[in-house]
Amino acid sequence: MIHIRELNKKFGKHHVLQNINLQFELGQGVALIGPNGSGKTTLIKALLGMVIPDKGEMLFNGSSIKNQSLYRQNIGYMPQISRFPDNMKVGQLFNMIRDVREDIKADVYDWELYDSFEIEQMKTKRLNILSGGMKQKVSAALAFLFNPKVLVLDEPTAGLDPVSNEILKEKLRKSITNGKLVLITSHILNDLDEITTHVAYLMDGKTQFFKSLEQLKMETSEDRLNKIIAHILNGEEAVHA
Amino acid sequence: MLKITKFIVQDLFRNWIILLYMIFLMAASFGFFMLEGQADKALLGLLNLSLLVVPMMTIIFSTMYYYNMYEFIVLMLAQPLKRKTILSSIFLGLCIAFGLALIVGLGIPMLVMNYSIASLMLLGVDLLLTFIFIAIALVAGIWTRDKAKGMGVSLLFWVYFVLIFDGLILLLMYNFSDYPIEKIILYITLLNPIDIGRILVLMQTQAAALMGYSGAVFNQFFTQGWGIALAFLALLFWTALPVFISFRLFHKKDL
Repeated sequence: MIHIRELNKKFGKHHVLQNINLQFELGQGVALIGPNGSGKTTLIKALLGMVIPDKGEMLFNGSSIKNQSLYRQNIGYMPQISRFPDNMKVGQLFNMIRDVREDIKADVYDWELYDSFEIEQMKTKRLNILSGGMKQKVSAALAFLFNPKVLVLDEPTAGLDPVSNEILKEKLRKSITNGKLVLITSHILNDLDEITTHVAYLMDGKTQFFKSLEQLKMETSEDRLNKIIAHILNGEEAVHA
Repeated sequence: MLKITKFIVQDLFRNWIILLYMIFLMAASFGFFMLEGQADKALLGLLNLSLLVVPMMTIIFSTMYYYNMYEFIVLMLAQPLKRKTILSSIFLGLCIAFGLALIVGLGIPMLVMNYSIASLMLLGVDLLLTFIFIAIALVAGIWTRDKAKGMGVSLLFWVYFVLIFDGLILLLMYNFSDYPIEKIILYITLLNPIDIGRILVLMQTQAAALMGYSGAVFNQFFTQGWGIALAFLALLFWTALPVFISFRLFHKKDL
């Protein structure tokens, strides 16, 4: 579904992405993890065409995404920090985005998160008075609304309360079973445990590894994702020492 | 694209600054015509005021607006929309909102109080200047990531076109006053859209007679059909240039 080949990006002298090679398919739940500044968000933004890579290519369904926009019909994106135009009300935002997305018919819409996050009740509220967590909810509902094949979520659980967190995780789990591709970055590895089928570990702009969860479990003989990662990192440190 | 443009125009008209701008223009134009007995003099006053205020207002507001719309731009970019579509919607939206404010605030009073070619010319010039300075504001905004820096760049552009450029011309005229440089000056003024506008309108009024020899040269040039056509062409070029640059910059920008 998504092929990333030899992707490179520099911000000034800073080499943020170095020869990234990754391949994601439908039905996978990919956890993109790595320390701060490892290039996770840049990679996601490159996939969405917001950051333009210096070298390398990204294929979506077999065709390059360079200078393309239509492929984004199939992507639902939830950014790390959800910020919206100030003067808008929640209802207006949904109306406007629906207006823009005339390619999707109304019967395809997925209102599940919209309903379970009770966004209808905050329809008349202005977006700039919403709390961070509420904005995240709006953002998540928007990402799922058009029933996209690929979901890209950048730190989705950071601002959410435990109940909403569970709702979102359940929704993501269901999406993967329904054959969607979910690409998710988070530092809270516990949150990723039940969703992940594959793990991509980025560090200093390089892919350290990209493996399925089963394989990692076997290699490390650990069960939980955070244990697995700790195991691998400690192992590396041991080698370095 | 039209849907986004419509949304932006609605958003802009909810902004009280644009309404204030419109009311200010209206008050100023009615004021000038009512206080001055001679229509030509009132028009000159209005010309000087609008050449100062219109570029300043549009460039400052548009720069600010671009930065405020940053989140909106990112949100739109996550949708299947081309970058070109997003930027042109913003540009068009700003042009429509400021254009309407200008037509209502300046055009209507002027045409009611003094319907003449000079008035129409002033309105046309101010409209084109509005488009030019919106485009320059977009260039400044896209070019610099930092809001304060972008605003500084915008203001610098404004000061350059309103003050520095004229200063340089004066310096040139003063130093070369022994030579017949009127023709050259005339072509140099084409490098500044505000000056083109000023001369275009001035030449339609009686004030042209008071401007001495260079006035005569200008008069000869700017009252002929092809002179006016060239001047308007220069203004159109001045619109196209920053629009082109802003699209080029935006195409490659990391958001």
